[in-house]
Amino acid sequence: MAQSQGWMKKYFKSFCKGFFVTVPVAVTFLDQVACVARVEGASMQPSLNPGGSQTSDVVLLNHWKVRNFQVQRGDIVSLVTMGHKNRYVKVPRGHIWVEGDHHGHSFDSNSFGPVSLGLLHAHATHILWPPERWQKLESVLPPERSPVPSEEE
Amino acid sequence: MLRGALGKTFRLAGYTIQYGCIAHCAFEYVGGVVMCSGPSMEPTIQNSDIVFAENLSRHFHGIQRGDIVIAKSPSDPKSNICKRVIGLEGDKVLTTSPSDFFKSHSYVPTGHVWLEGDNLQNSTDSRFYGPIPYGLIRGRIFFKIWPLSDFGFLRDSPNGHRFSDN
Repeated sequence: MAQSQGWMKKYFKSFCKGFFVTVPVAVTFLDQVACVARVEGASMQPSLNPGGSQTSDVVLLNHWKVRNFQVQRGDIVSLVTMGHKNRYVKVPRGHIWVEGDHHGHSFDSNSFGPVSLGLLHAHATHILWPPERWQKLESVLPPERSPVPSEEE
Repeated sequence: MLRGALGKTFRLAGYTIQYGCIAHCAFEYVGGVVMCSGPSMEPTIQNSDIVFAENLSRHFHGIQRGDIVIAKSPSDPKSNICKRVIGLEGDKVLTTSPSDFFKSHSYVPTGHVWLEGDNLQNSTDSRFYGPIPYGLIRGRIFFKIWPLSDFGFLRDSPNGHRFSDN
């Protein structure tokens, strides 16, 4: 009787120890280093989800790369959800302008305006799934979307 | 000899990573102690006061008007600001100071909040940089622990209502 109770106590103790180590480490890794996500929708065609509703790409979201909020024009990024709304817009300091590759079918800065850098979540660096679409996502700025030189500066 | 030292180093590194991750999760999902600097929230929070912030409300959209929040600064994402929530999305807020003759109002857009410091004369807040996205809020300050003379829950805004009630 006493022996089985001792065994259960020992099991419970080591379960707690394992739980309180692995869960925080895993959560911290997913929040601060990288996580994966499935891409939904057609707004980034043809770079992401070219197959439409048949296959959804799975991308690597790289938090570590944006820990200093450094992004370049052409990077594909993910953002923390935000509510959302001039022909030319000046992007204020500390903000970025994001657009889906599929113009006209994308809910992006054209709808909700420039985005505060503090909302930057991660840099999507790779497509992981399906295997035939394994690739590094290149940072490409479409030439027709380059910034317009402003007269003041 | 060397193996013992190496083993000890690895164990130390392991514990550091473990406790570092626990601390990160605790602050990110529960709350923690914060030291505030700057005059923008006087008299409610003075420079170098130490307060307790809870980071649960923002995950459940529990931030309300009158709450004091910590948020990432819209002009510098690496620093934090500490202000009071004056308006939630859809609210009509006063964008001019009460002394101005011509008052102007605006509506807080969806997914944003309007923040103002309690020390209206000396605060750079939404009157300067506009409403900030809800996603920048990191936590809610609800309790002061230092200085001991001011220990306790935080007071309401000394400025009354800064939003119109039409």
